[in-house]
Amino acid sequence: MINILEVAETNKMIEKENLDVRTITMGISLLDCMDSDTQKTCENIYDKIVSLAGELVNTGDEIGKEFGIPIVNKRVSVTPVAIVGEACAKTTDDYVKIAKALDRAAASIGVNFIGGYSALVSKGSTRADDLLMRSIPEALSQTEYICSSVNVGSTKTGINMDAVRLMGNIIKETALKTADRDSIGCAKLVVLCNAPDDNPFMAGAFHGVSENDSVINVGVSGPGVVKNALESVRGSDFKTLCETIKKTAFKITRVGQLVAQEAAKRLNTEFGIIDLSLAPTPAIGDSVADILKEIGLEHPGAPGTTAALALLNDQVKKGGVMASSYVGGLSGAFIPVSEDQGMIDAVEAGALTIEKLEAMTCVCSVGLDMIAVPGDTSADTIAGVIADESAIGMINQKTTAVRIIPVAGKGLGDTVEFGGLLGYAPIMPVNSFGCSDFINRAGRIPAPIHSFKN
Amino acid sequence: MKKCVITVIGNDAVGIIAKVCTYLAEARINILDISQTIVGGLFNMMMIVDISKSSEEFAEINENLEKLGQDIGVTVKCQRAEIFDMMHRI
Repeated sequence: MINILEVAETNKMIEKENLDVRTITMGISLLDCMDSDTQKTCENIYDKIVSLAGELVNTGDEIGKEFGIPIVNKRVSVTPVAIVGEACAKTTDDYVKIAKALDRAAASIGVNFIGGYSALVSKGSTRADDLLMRSIPEALSQTEYICSSVNVGSTKTGINMDAVRLMGNIIKETALKTADRDSIGCAKLVVLCNAPDDNPFMAGAFHGVSENDSVINVGVSGPGVVKNALESVRGSDFKTLCETIKKTAFKITRVGQLVAQEAAKRLNTEFGIIDLSLAPTPAIGDSVADILKEIGLEHPGAPGTTAALALLNDQVKKGGVMASSYVGGLSGAFIPVSEDQGMIDAVEAGALTIEKLEAMTCVCSVGLDMIAVPGDTSADTIAGVIADESAIGMINQKTTAVRIIPVAGKGLGDTVEFGGLLGYAPIMPVNSFGCSDFINRAGRIPAPIHSFKN
Repeated sequence: MKKCVITVIGNDAVGIIAKVCTYLAEARINILDISQTIVGGLFNMMMIVDISKSSEEFAEINENLEKLGQDIGVTVKCQRAEIFDMMHRI
């Protein structure tokens, strides 16, 4: 029988240490919504999302109340829209129409983001992929809830440098199109390498074509819980440190597993995966940076940061894997800058640079995330940053991503405020030496030697 | 059986358990286990209950207990027991 101490421990995690289920994301296949007429495609998309996910928000809230745990976000991810629009879209405007239909569906069911305005172009792009990518600035400036992602490389295919170059321009254009709101469009646009099909986290969530018709994926969180657990073993050896992280990750993930199973049952769909992630929010005490500090760093970015993060990421996975029947998505520690107060502090203190963040992305999930840079950063420089991150992902067989915001009209010393979960960020300096001759080469980087495992 | 855990936390006072139990009896909620301690002057109680025969739905029970807590000046929470089982048992 459960005892009073266990109950108190769980409730302390929830009430004092910000333990929550970060997102229940319903993946929905839109493959059966395709039509040769754009208007009809839009109607099919709207109807399918509303009919399958109409109860998602209510169900999430109900489960949250019954178990006494906050379920922060309820979201939807869909089949990469480049594929869905392939039969009907003749122009970028046609894709923007589909984006608006998705946006209306999201507003109608009450989710706070809908992901999947995406193209998968790791080896090459179709005419439709190209149209979708070119429509992103307009789509993000005219919608509220859409998140967009483009997969430009993978370990199996290499890196599509034509897409990398194009995305450098698209990011710049998106920043300009949403200049009146601190270029917020770029906060909803991520460029990935080795993008997973079942990621529940935005902005990179989409519903892969190898998935069921619909599925429930859950992302758990709880950096505050790990941080507090580590406080109780301050100064101990690495064995104790690692064991503590592992045990805590297990407990956190079990809650996610419970919520995912329950949500899938009530929504009459399949349980997909749990994403074992430590996802911070701008709230005090909900920070991955604070864990790194508790491990022994003055600020993230100090020498030792990469090792500390590698250790943290690995122990979270080891603890979490046993707690869930299926694990997937990004699974690991997130290190977004604007969404983590400790990371913001480190940037402001001068401890954390983009180069150090890049090194950190070699050992944790995702990549350069929510980083604000000067508005005059060139498209080629952004493409260079994307190419670097993609190379890390390709060679290390892991997901990497770039979500960078060249904030229109702002420069070093300025701060941008995105609000809510997206937080705020000081503008960070970017290495301004040129890379145009490299970026402007056409074609793709071949797949690495270790991709030939057959 | 539909097991829930009710927790009551707040300043110690006369009659807290009595008031909570009276409500549970009225709502036909069966108590399976009670434990209680005082930590740093704070009253801390946990009850494991079965709500399967209750005349009220979970949401209603939760709401009534919350209101009852406000009347006595303590925090009362009701959660389904699975969250604790999942977290602390393999």
